[in-house]
Amino acid sequence: MMLMASIVALLVAMVLILARAFLGVTIYDRLLAANSFGTLIILLITVYGFFTGRPDFLDIAIVYALINYIGTIALLKFFESDRPVNEAYEEDDF
Amino acid sequence: MEWLMSTISGLFLFVGCFFIVTGAWGIVRMPDIYTRIHAASVIDTGGVIFIIVGLLIHSLFVAQTPMATIKLVLLMFFINFSAPTASHAIAKMALKTGVIPQSKAGGSAIDPSLKLFNDNAEVKKHSGGES
Repeated sequence: MMLMASIVALLVAMVLILARAFLGVTIYDRLLAANSFGTLIILLITVYGFFTGRPDFLDIAIVYALINYIGTIALLKFFESDRPVNEAYEEDDF
Repeated sequence: MEWLMSTISGLFLFVGCFFIVTGAWGIVRMPDIYTRIHAASVIDTGGVIFIIVGLLIHSLFVAQTPMATIKLVLLMFFINFSAPTASHAIAKMALKTGVIPQSKAGGSAIDPSLKLFNDNAEVKKHSGGES
């Protein structure tokens, strides 16, 4: 029963985070929302596996965790070349 | 015995759900990218740890699937290492490309003597839909 309630709570949280991903002002808000959404999808896959009594989807959850992390870092590297870096930041080598 | 373990697992799941909904609400309501990262970290640590520990107890004592337990431990370790790294990378890149953390008065929250930004870098308004 608590597994069912967890699924509902995860879905509510995913809707809220999706709202931030659509509203997000800077690109980093959207990226952060996408990262958190991925984490919640991992948890949803895991909880759903135990809810149906077949926890075989855990492999998919592990692979999703790996891809989520790599995807966030790759998108950050992609947007790094897109925006002008502050000169003062480069000079001081903070 | 089984009902006791089921209850304990349900308690852990409840606490995890509380952390997750709180973190998601914080991501929507917080005014700044840096404070939103703080709210997202609640999901990445509190929510993930409590929900996976609850599922661990469920899989060990109720469902009795030891292989799934090992996979759950792996998953928790990996998320606990990767999520703070991703949050740190996002914050570092936001700071590097000129998203200035705002103080409550409206100016920059960073001490200007650090010379982290240009003098002509304006304080951008990026406070969500709500004013």
